[in-house]
Amino acid sequence: SAWVDLAYLVAAVCFIVALKALSSPKSARWGNLVGAAGAVLAVGVVFASERLDHLPLIIGAIALGTLCGVPAARRVKMTAMPQLVALFNGVGGGAAAIVAIVEFLRASHGELLAALLATVFTVVVGCVSFSGSMVTFAKLQELITTRPIVLPGGRWIGIGTAALTLLLAIAVLVTGLTPAMVLLALAALVLGVLVVLPVGGADVPIVISLLNAFTGLTVAASGYVLGNTLLIVAGTLVGASGTLLTRLMAQAMGRSVTNILFGAFTAAGPGG
Amino acid sequence: MDSGVALLTIFVLAVFVGFEVISKVSTTLHTPLMSGANAIHGVILVGAIIITGRAETGVELGLGLVAIVLATLNMVGGFVVTDRMLEMFSGRRRPGQVETEETRR
Repeated sequence: SAWVDLAYLVAAVCFIVALKALSSPKSARWGNLVGAAGAVLAVGVVFASERLDHLPLIIGAIALGTLCGVPAARRVKMTAMPQLVALFNGVGGGAAAIVAIVEFLRASHGELLAALLATVFTVVVGCVSFSGSMVTFAKLQELITTRPIVLPGGRWIGIGTAALTLLLAIAVLVTGLTPAMVLLALAALVLGVLVVLPVGGADVPIVISLLNAFTGLTVAASGYVLGNTLLIVAGTLVGASGTLLTRLMAQAMGRSVTNILFGAFTAAGPGG
Repeated sequence: MDSGVALLTIFVLAVFVGFEVISKVSTTLHTPLMSGANAIHGVILVGAIIITGRAETGVELGLGLVAIVLATLNMVGGFVVTDRMLEMFSGRRRPGQVETEETRR
């Protein structure tokens, strides 16, 4: 109904104002609060407008996420913040992928090609963002070495996995079969690991920023699948501003984004 | 307007707004801005709640609940950690702190 769409519009404006305010030191903290207010409003609208089954379980799951997330964010040391952001970004990508998979399971196969395409996009990019972010987390937390990890024949493993992912994506689009979708998600998870492993420690923040933009785009695509305008606007805002931010960060560090990413697939590997 | 085209219009306009709003960000704010944008895409929680509320099978319900926990972590954790990063900008001004902490690695 109209008031739901109006409330979503207010939330979308909150997100735009938040990003604008976050770009300048004086207003940044205030901007973050405006963004949080927009998010709370959006969740409130869903509870008020949708007829939801399983309400106690839903509230329990939100409580669990809050009880894990708030102490982690409060107690983390300043120096450990980038990996926490990577972790939060990864789980967001994972959530978007799951939303798309569940929507795929529900829909019977007479679906629009555009919706199926958006679903496949969300699953692939969401899974890459999830597993890639977990690797960046492990690198920054020094669970694994921060130096570039170049597997023997890594270039061919990477290209092979990318090709397999593409084939499985086409298989899902043509057949609409659930097993193909499961395999596609698994292939995309492996691809995310392979893309990030060869990145050196100093470049990791730039990769986190890129994966952040990816997650934004998956949220936008899942918004298209669900027909939810707020998810489209919020996801696209983050996707676009995140892409620009990635370029700005790379420029500030005198690096090129393509070099960082595809250095993995060149024989020599990046200089770290 | 056809609803597919309407959604496409929203998407394209949002791309331009997204580029425009952060085009003048100062270097010291790169990391907090990334973190704030990260929290904003936690709004996927809205989608996770919708699909869980409609779940008909155990698989759908289980996956939906996992998505809600993950999305809540993203959203709530994201805003809280961004606020902590920005604390240092509001009190004593120590620009460059966040940037150097991570680029030194």
